[in-house]
Amino acid sequence: MKQLLLIPALLLAAPLQAAEIWVTNEKDDTISVIDIDTLEVIRTIETGERPRGITFSRDYSRVYICASDSDTVQVMDPETGQILHDLPSGEDPEQFVLHPNDRHLYIANEDDAVTTVVDTETRKVIAQINVGIEPEGMAVSPDGRIVITTSETTNMAHWIDTETRAIVANTLVDSRPRHAEFAAQGSELWVSSEIGGTLTVFDVATQAEKAKIEFAVKGVHPDRVQPVGFEFTEDEETVFVALGPSNHVAVVNARTFEVEDYILVGRRVWHMAFSPDKSLLFTTNGVSGDVTVIDVARREAIKSIKVGRFPWGAALRP
Amino acid sequence: MRRLCLYILGLILAAGTAPAGVDVPVIYLKQQVDRPPTLSNLDPVPGDEGESGALLGLADNQTTGGFLGHDYKLETVIVPPGGDPVPAARDALAQTPFLILDAPAATLLAIADLPQAQGAILFNTSSAATALRSGECRANLLHTLPSHQMRSDALMQFARARRWDTLALISGTHPGDIAFAEALRASAAKFGLRLSAEKTWAFDADMRRNATQEVPLFTQELGKYDLLLIADELHDFGRYIPFNTWLPRPVAGSEGLVPAGWAPVVEQWGAAQLQSRFRDLAGRDMRPRDYAAWAAIRSLGEAVTRTNTADPAAIRAYLLSDRFELAGFKGRPLSFRHWNGQLRQPIPLVTPRAMAAQAPLEGYLHQRTELDTLGLDAPESACTALP
Repeated sequence: MKQLLLIPALLLAAPLQAAEIWVTNEKDDTISVIDIDTLEVIRTIETGERPRGITFSRDYSRVYICASDSDTVQVMDPETGQILHDLPSGEDPEQFVLHPNDRHLYIANEDDAVTTVVDTETRKVIAQINVGIEPEGMAVSPDGRIVITTSETTNMAHWIDTETRAIVANTLVDSRPRHAEFAAQGSELWVSSEIGGTLTVFDVATQAEKAKIEFAVKGVHPDRVQPVGFEFTEDEETVFVALGPSNHVAVVNARTFEVEDYILVGRRVWHMAFSPDKSLLFTTNGVSGDVTVIDVARREAIKSIKVGRFPWGAALRP
Repeated sequence: MRRLCLYILGLILAAGTAPAGVDVPVIYLKQQVDRPPTLSNLDPVPGDEGESGALLGLADNQTTGGFLGHDYKLETVIVPPGGDPVPAARDALAQTPFLILDAPAATLLAIADLPQAQGAILFNTSSAATALRSGECRANLLHTLPSHQMRSDALMQFARARRWDTLALISGTHPGDIAFAEALRASAAKFGLRLSAEKTWAFDADMRRNATQEVPLFTQELGKYDLLLIADELHDFGRYIPFNTWLPRPVAGSEGLVPAGWAPVVEQWGAAQLQSRFRDLAGRDMRPRDYAAWAAIRSLGEAVTRTNTADPAAIRAYLLSDRFELAGFKGRPLSFRHWNGQLRQPIPLVTPRAMAAQAPLEGYLHQRTELDTLGLDAPESACTALP
């Protein structure tokens, strides 16, 4: 009954072409495309080996895919699913972030302890910056001045000045930082620590630690509560945090830093993406090979969608 | 003067961006031992076992240290078979309080008991002996290699979960075989499994010719059982047992399904990255002793990173505290047991081609952490040397 109510509401709001969630399947070398109206997989597209990070260009005419084991970033036409060309990404690209200039990709090279900057127009590497061991999380400030790389084994957030492409600060976080995002109009940096089990909030101006958020899922040992990907709502008031093998997503108040809710999802939840109106949230569940659809307002899981093996990244194509 | 040099070196290393300051010299001390001959020469033990793991951990530490002005160095000292490791240890302790030791249990104790070693931090990366984690523990000796008991508990959790309730055991005659067999018996009792028959492998025939003839008869006498355990830590005869048993039964222990501190088939939890970094460095797969040495130097690095000091008393206090956690690519944070200095860690159960399971298995609960269902828990350990 709940679903019946939901679907007509979505249909009314939907644009002519239905919005989609694109999910990379790490161990199937494919992308599963989910139709947001029907909540079904409507296309499966082949990629290079071990696709993980995925992001669209600003006008959504291109999709960039980290094909980690092919050591390349693939550029795909989302209409046809054809690979247009590869970008020189450095070895083992895992995650990346597209600069607000829509042109420079900052790529974490997990096996190389390097962040590579690629110009997507000239298709050339314009800089490589030495960072810690196993760089992974990537974020860019809204004004485009700072890029963050987090390194999993070095346990740091590296603050990179995008003008000079040099590291201007290194801040320690808890063990195995996985993901980073700017928030509060760019005045805060949030970093998740998988093994540490925490989210650290930094004040961007001073790079000082402002808050540390801990989680407690009933019936799950704290060791298994492992924050990885997270996303903010449009108003930046609420953040949804994937807690890995605890199989829950936490709902955190971004103002008070308090955890308000835990939502049960699939197994080893990794990353997530919102629908265009942010009413639905789609989480990739690595071990169970599915995507959980969360009703954001009700904070409830409403559906599981089977995708490929070991889904990892997720991106919205409106 | 020394500090000034370090300061300058720190400045050069960190390109002027990081504060200079902490010097962390580590010595890897290996006592080489002659290995008894084995029936097959298929799997030689690499000469750099352990040492390459320490080198990888060093590289990890140096990268982090480069951002913080912490300078890590590693020197390797090798004592040939028959040589006396104690003078070498004394020399090493004159240079640094941080030693990674690859030596038999008796040598570890001789080093730990040196007057120069009091207040030092010694890592045992080679001996699985239960006594070192119990009555023979030392305040200055931490263990990153899992004990025999941790491995045997991991296997018994699996046997119990599969309802393989009746066990048989074939044990070799070397001290390592006897110690592992002892641990298997204790774990069987701990998890309520019945060991119905035991035999000792004391043949001196060449089983490459005779396995198909000898092993069925040899195992026929074991009677009925669900799982056949092998205690053959030198990998002498065990490889000829699977598929040659009288009854068609799975084999586990030193062969077949092996509980191991580390194995090349571990790939989850980011382990694939550690494996590939190790392969790039050493040109071979990472073995349990490599992992133990890596974990030792990384634990030290983690403590220095978080405390910003190389004072051994402060490092030791941090390592044994609740604040310490090592991201060890096994899916959950690793930490040291404050009652005996053992690194608590999950134990993969592996075949040559895959990880079949990882202990602790779901459902084995513990009031502190499920990891403490593996190995000696606080009430079981007779260790009193640690606080």
